[in-house]
Amino acid sequence: MSAISLTTAAQGTAPRRRRRVSIIPTGVLLIGVVYALLPIVWVLIASTKTNTQLDSYAAFRPGNSLWSNFQGLTSYQGGIFWTWMLNTALYAGGGAILSAIVSALAGYGFAKYRFRGKGFFFTMILVGMLVPAVVLAVPQYLLVAKIGLANTYWSVLIPSIISPYGIYLARIYAGASVPDEIIEAARVDGSSEWRTFLRIGVPMMTPGLVTIFLFQFVAVWNNFLLPWLMLSSENKYPLTVGLFTLLDAGTSQPALYSLVLTGAFISILPLIALFFLLQRFWKVDLGAGSVK
Amino acid sequence: MTTAPSLHTHDAAAPLTGARRVRPNGRGQRWNPSPRRMPYSFIAPAVVLFVVVFLVPLGYTVYLSTQKTQVEGLGLGANARKQVAAGFSNYTYVFHDGEFWQSVLRAVVYGCILIPIMLGLATAFALILDAQHVRFQRLGRLAIFLPYAVPTLIGSIIWGMMYLPAFSPINSVLHAVFGIQGINFFGSHIVYLSVANIGVWGGTGFNMMVLYTSLRSLPQETYEAARLDGANERQISLRIKLPMIRPAMIMTGIFSTIATLQVFNEPYAIHEISNGGVSTTWTPLMTIYKDTYTANNVYLGAAESIVIALLMFVLSIVVLRATNRQIFGGEAR
Repeated sequence: MSAISLTTAAQGTAPRRRRRVSIIPTGVLLIGVVYALLPIVWVLIASTKTNTQLDSYAAFRPGNSLWSNFQGLTSYQGGIFWTWMLNTALYAGGGAILSAIVSALAGYGFAKYRFRGKGFFFTMILVGMLVPAVVLAVPQYLLVAKIGLANTYWSVLIPSIISPYGIYLARIYAGASVPDEIIEAARVDGSSEWRTFLRIGVPMMTPGLVTIFLFQFVAVWNNFLLPWLMLSSENKYPLTVGLFTLLDAGTSQPALYSLVLTGAFISILPLIALFFLLQRFWKVDLGAGSVK
Repeated sequence: MTTAPSLHTHDAAAPLTGARRVRPNGRGQRWNPSPRRMPYSFIAPAVVLFVVVFLVPLGYTVYLSTQKTQVEGLGLGANARKQVAAGFSNYTYVFHDGEFWQSVLRAVVYGCILIPIMLGLATAFALILDAQHVRFQRLGRLAIFLPYAVPTLIGSIIWGMMYLPAFSPINSVLHAVFGIQGINFFGSHIVYLSVANIGVWGGTGFNMMVLYTSLRSLPQETYEAARLDGANERQISLRIKLPMIRPAMIMTGIFSTIATLQVFNEPYAIHEISNGGVSTTWTPLMTIYKDTYTANNVYLGAAESIVIALLMFVLSIVVLRATNRQIFGGEAR
């Protein structure tokens, strides 16, 4: 056994895998895959069924009304589903871009400068990581209502900009990917601090910043409680809140269930697409967070 | 609103190469780095936002928690209700409020089911992904991580629908395979499992990725050395890799614990679907929500929020301590 692994190790990693398959771990992994995909496959199939088919067909037997469900959803209240989709993209996209900018600035500042109060400010933000946004949602709503910003786009967008975890990651990224010597050389060459940050710091931190963007994008896309508290007009809702109100309406008129399921299916497609497109960044990112 | 302009100044100040001396605080001066103030302008947007989004609401909530509504006269008319100082009476009420503590207890039970299963699975999958001789690793990584892309609320709606007796695929599979019939997923005990299952489904992949990335960063030579000494894959996984990713496991443990106490989306959606299987005060956050909005008692809701925030703080310290002891215990052996 040891002799075999010695030779394969010497040959490299490629041939190692084909040699032998451990059945039990592979089996466990496949069970996990089935479990993870089951609800997604089910909702895909459910979105092809009419309400009566949902009741009468076997769970995984597809129906034939995907298109009519899609049309029903599109025409529901004058296409408000797509308004929700657009709002979600706006909240998630806008919040995540701004969050990446703020995190990049702060992370670079924390990693590359020494200044009074550095430890204090960073600890403060880390403690913010321990008091997560969800418990703060109610206090934030109370305050926002007090200053008359409730039911505005800002009320959802502003809390989405700050991400203690993003700042924490950005600091690690700036520390690991921007060498002090290069900053020093830029300084000697007469580059201003801002210019050094924009021309040298940001490009070197880019993979990390994409990760921060993705994290925050998913976090805002997934957020329910904050917009649910802050917003009262339907045309400002994000998808999660919109679908919840659709579900709420569905409890009294079950005819809406097929719309809820179709909507649920469509609403997870963009994020799944984002996952597959940007896989590379998902790998890099989580490492930095957990290792250090 | 107040934070937006400061952001824009930063954005705008950066490309301003021509304009010198925009402000005396060093933002626009490209020839003089002014190292003393520079770092503050880098962290300023984050700190300002942090204060506005975290500290001010927290402070405002502490203030509200010491207030109450006083009803004057018959309680009629616009000015009959006013806000007065209440001292600690809201807190006294919270400490004696059985329903509130029941919701805390339910969250604890929920967490005791969720966290061991979720982190156990996450660890197992991470080790499998990192092991040799395992097929379908790429597929496994992608598929198990995929639920993270599904918003918790949407995932809860999907699972909730799958629990509905009328079109439950789970029941039909159980019936077909094991001959078990008609499980009521919203029954008084099973509902914990039903809700926890949503959490396990949504959270395993993320934690798996955290642990897996941590595994990938370990020095691979250690395994070769162990292999030379005759250790098999299982021994390498359990005896070498597992102890080395303890820090990452502690981190996932703390974050999961915190997340558990504030669970809202899953039970809230199940409450909507289950028709009473989950009450309106099932978890602490649902109780806070109900007291603040449905019962319209902002002050009580504020006191409850503070109590929960403090509980979470204490809990994360306890978890940190406990896991630390476990590390030292592991070293001693």
